[in-house]
Amino acid sequence: MVKKPSKKRLIDRQEFWGFLFICPWLIGFLIFTVGPMISSLVLSLYKYDLANAKFVGFENYRRLCTEDPLFWKSLKNTALYALLTVPLGIFGSLLVALLLNQPVKGVRLFRTLFYLPSMVPAVASALVWQWVFNADNGILNQALAFIGLPNIEWLQNEKFTLYAFVIMSLWGIGGQRMIIFLAGLQGIPESYYEAARLDGAGTLAQFRHITLPCLSPVMFFNLVLGLVGAFQVFTSAYIMTSGGPNNASLFYSLYIFRNGFEYFKLGKASAMAWILFAILLGFTLIQFALSKKWVHYEGEAK
Amino acid sequence: MKRIPTYILLILGSITFSIPFIWTISTALKSSSEYAKEPSRLIPAHPDFSNFAKAWTALPFPTFVWNTIFVTVICTIAQVVTGSLVAYGFSRFTFKWRNFLFFTMLATMMLPGQVTQIPVFLVWRKLHAIDTFFPLIVPAFFGGGAFNIFLLRQFFLSIPRELDEAAMLDGAGFVRIWWRILMPLSGPAVASVALFSFLSHWDAFEAPLIYLNSPEKYTVSIGLRMFQDSYGTNFEQVMAASLVHILPTILLFFVCQRYFLKGITLSGMGGK
Repeated sequence: MVKKPSKKRLIDRQEFWGFLFICPWLIGFLIFTVGPMISSLVLSLYKYDLANAKFVGFENYRRLCTEDPLFWKSLKNTALYALLTVPLGIFGSLLVALLLNQPVKGVRLFRTLFYLPSMVPAVASALVWQWVFNADNGILNQALAFIGLPNIEWLQNEKFTLYAFVIMSLWGIGGQRMIIFLAGLQGIPESYYEAARLDGAGTLAQFRHITLPCLSPVMFFNLVLGLVGAFQVFTSAYIMTSGGPNNASLFYSLYIFRNGFEYFKLGKASAMAWILFAILLGFTLIQFALSKKWVHYEGEAK
Repeated sequence: MKRIPTYILLILGSITFSIPFIWTISTALKSSSEYAKEPSRLIPAHPDFSNFAKAWTALPFPTFVWNTIFVTVICTIAQVVTGSLVAYGFSRFTFKWRNFLFFTMLATMMLPGQVTQIPVFLVWRKLHAIDTFFPLIVPAFFGGGAFNIFLLRQFFLSIPRELDEAAMLDGAGFVRIWWRILMPLSGPAVASVALFSFLSHWDAFEAPLIYLNSPEKYTVSIGLRMFQDSYGTNFEQVMAASLVHILPTILLFFVCQRYFLKGITLSGMGGK
């Protein structure tokens, strides 16, 4: 038997094994992502309640936009929530990361303390915060009383409820986003700072001309995923307020859930999901386009 | 001397972040009568552990805990194993469309879960799998999420290829290289992925809420919600029950902590 040239065989083997190894993801992607996405797009053109299906074209979309005030309310709530929590979260976690990147004794203990809230399961955290916001004897109102401010009915007064959720989101600024910033900070070579100091750059100048540009890819990552995350806030609102009072904390995902799994308006819920997808895709593309102006990749060529 | 402001900020920050925790523990240790009298007292005058016992027996909590452990452990193992296999494929092999597929995978991180939720639910319903653990467990066997795969791939890329080649000369196959070389050398990344994966399943709320109907199948998250419905006004008991839910994640975090930050830092999140 004559063997073929081994180079060619090695490449074939590479092709085969490489594909084989990524198969779990590829198959899962087809079954759990591509297939359902297409079905949900089709479903959004139907009126479907688990028993009867009727093709209605774009009726679901039209009715959402023109006849459903709760759709707009949930969109507005969610947009406001995202507008407040995404920038606050990014700057907050950047500040915490800068602080935890200082070479001080016991910094690992502090990292742990700041990270711990992110280890608290969402349901437990919602229950804890429900009680932090308790109007009669929650600790937030006690702290307010301590400095002489009146009690606030955080979760009962519709004017404050959304802000209560924003405050609660700040508890997570020491979490995964901060760790990603910290990893980015530790990836900046010390030699950059040394060179800058030789040129007489102060702390602020170093931050502005070295730290920020070097962190910009990480910042971009956090911005894109932060927005996606903020638009999907669900568990806390489901547990703490069920969307109330007067739908002040009815977030978009909660309204999709209600339509889909409580009212079984599966076509309408699918249409809502696709609108959400379109919004997020739009924002992501805008961010990618803008990123060319402010995100610096090392070596640029990559 | 220069460090003093840093310390002050660090200490103030940690206190602020810990307050909800500390108060949770303190409330859980108060008896109902003490809570009614002095809800704001930080250290309970008479620490009382009966709330834990009450929470534990009021609902079938042991069943909830067991269900959650069952689902979480299977999913974590499945995610680590399949995720690292996929990461191995993406980091060590060249094949057609590799880069395209890799970027597609990263792009799925931006996809809101709601887009696929309903059709997936309808399929499980067709398969008569509602109120079973299958819908919660099966998806974990398919690579376990883009972020985890990305983290592992970055870590694998930092391991010199010469090690693979040396092993190959010794007659090791690809699977052996993955299991005997890459995995043991990737402790920090594997620990981070395991931790994320454990937390995400221990924590899962929406999926169990959609798929589980009968109380004997409930996970702790859903059980806690039920507990809140029936005992919502007994804050001290709700807090005790919440602590039962929180404790395992905190313990696991302390066990993995040594590797955890390293796993992400070395994966070069900043470089990409």
